[in-house]
Amino acid sequence: MLSSFYRLVRKVREINHRYSEPHIEMSRGVRISLMALRIYLLVLVGLIVYKFILILN
Amino acid sequence: MNIFSKLYYKFRKYWKAVQLYLVIAGPGLVVMVADNDAGGITTYAATGAKYGYNLIWFLLILIPVAYYVQEMTVRLGVVTKRGHAEAIFDGFGAFWGWFSLIDLMILDWLTLVTEFIGMTAALHIFGVPPWVTVVGVVALMGMIVLNGRYWTWEKIALLFCALNLIYIPSAFMVHPAVSAVLEDGLVPNFPGGFNAELFFFLMANIGTTIAPWMLFFQQSAVVDKGMLEKDIPWGKFDTFLGATLTVVVAIFIVIVTGTVLKGVDIDSASQAAELLIKTDHYVGTFMAIGLFDAGLLGAICISLASSWAFGEIFGWAHSLNQKIREARWFYASYFFTLITAGLVVLIPGAPLVLITLFVQVVAVTLLPAALVFLILLLNDKKHMGEYCNTLTENLIGGLIVAAIVVLSTLYGISVIFPTMFQ
Repeated sequence: MLSSFYRLVRKVREINHRYSEPHIEMSRGVRISLMALRIYLLVLVGLIVYKFILILN
Repeated sequence: MNIFSKLYYKFRKYWKAVQLYLVIAGPGLVVMVADNDAGGITTYAATGAKYGYNLIWFLLILIPVAYYVQEMTVRLGVVTKRGHAEAIFDGFGAFWGWFSLIDLMILDWLTLVTEFIGMTAALHIFGVPPWVTVVGVVALMGMIVLNGRYWTWEKIALLFCALNLIYIPSAFMVHPAVSAVLEDGLVPNFPGGFNAELFFFLMANIGTTIAPWMLFFQQSAVVDKGMLEKDIPWGKFDTFLGATLTVVVAIFIVIVTGTVLKGVDIDSASQAAELLIKTDHYVGTFMAIGLFDAGLLGAICISLASSWAFGEIFGWAHSLNQKIREARWFYASYFFTLITAGLVVLIPGAPLVLITLFVQVVAVTLLPAALVFLILLLNDKKHMGEYCNTLTENLIGGLIVAAIVVLSTLYGISVIFPTMFQ
C-alpha cells in the first residue's frame, strides 16, 4: 500500500519534471490570456467560498 | 447510353465518398449526440414546456457554435497526436495541466452521477429498481469496452446515437401545428420579454450544448481512432453532421413538450415522460427510452474522457484497441469512475439535487480554461503548421468562446446565487 503511494508520488514528480516548462510560444497575447484566466478563476473561487460561508452561517 | 454511363459514374463517385465517410465517421457524431445527455434532455424538455416553440431559433444558432468549437479539437488531435489533457500539460506546463486534469476528473464524475440519476429515473417508470439499472448499465458498458477494439466500441456507440432519434417520431405523434412551429420557432423572439428567467433558460441551453468533457473526449477519440491529416475534412464534416443532428433532436424534444406540456413547470425529463404517458402512452414511453439512451451514451463518453486523459498524462497504455491486461490502469480508472458514480445514486438520501447543481458550478471553472487553451494551442504555429487557425477562424472562434465564457459564467453564478439576476 505504502509502496504504491510512493510510486504514485514518484510518478507525479516525474510528470512535473517532464512538463516543467511550457512548450507553447509565450507571446504577449498568451501571457495576457493566462493572466486573465488566473484572475477569472480567483474571482470564481472567491465567489464559491463566499457562498460556502453563507451556507455555513 | 451516354447519360446512363454518366449517371453511373456520378453514383460511383458519391457512393465512394459515402463509403470513405463511413470509415472516418464516429468521434464527431458520437460526441455531439452524447451531448444530448440526461441533463440536456431535461433542459430541452423544460424549455419546450416553458416557452413552447418560441426558442427553436436559438437552438439553431447553437449548430455553428458547437461546430466551430469541436472542429478545433479534430485539427489539434490529428496534427499533434495528443489528447487535450496532454496538449495542455505540454503547452502550458504542469500547473495548468494538473488544474485541468483534476477539474476534469471531478466534473466528469459528478456528470456521470447525473447520467445515472437520469437512467435510473427513466427505467423506474417501467418498474425497474434502481440497483438493477446500475448493475445492468455497468455490465453493458463493461461489455462494450472490453472487446479490445476501438472500431467495435465506436459502432456500438453509433447504434445508441441512432436510438437518440426516437424523439423525432414522438414529435410527429403529438401532431404539432406545423405553421405554429414555423411561425413561432423560426422568427427570433423573446417570449414574455427578455427577463431573468428567460436568460437562465438561454444560458442553460448553451451550457448543455458545450461541455468541457466534449473537448477532451473528441480530441482523444480522434487520436485513438488514428485519424490522419488527410482525414481532417471528413472529421470536420462528421462534427458538422453531429452538431446538426444534436440540435435537430433537441428541437424535436422541444416540439414534443411544447405541444403537450406547454405551461407546465418541468424539473426533470423523467417527470416529463411520466406526464406524457398520461396523455399518450407511446410518446411518454419513447421519452423515457430516449432519456435512458441519452444517459447511457453520456456515461459511455464521459467515463472514457477521464480514462483517456489520465492515461495520456501518467503514460499508461490508454487505447480501446488494447486488451484489459495490456491497459490495466486505463480500464481500472474507467470502471472505478463508473461503479462509484452508480453507487452514489443507490445511497438512500444522497444529495442528488445538490450534485446536479454543483455540476454547473464546477463546469464554469473548467470550460473557460479549456476553451482558452484550445484557441491558444490552435494558434501555435510551431506545432500546428498549416493547420493553425486562420484570422477568420480566430475571429469566429474567439467570438464564440468569449460568448460561451460570459454566458456560462453568468449561468454558474446564477446557480450559486439564484436571486442575483431577479
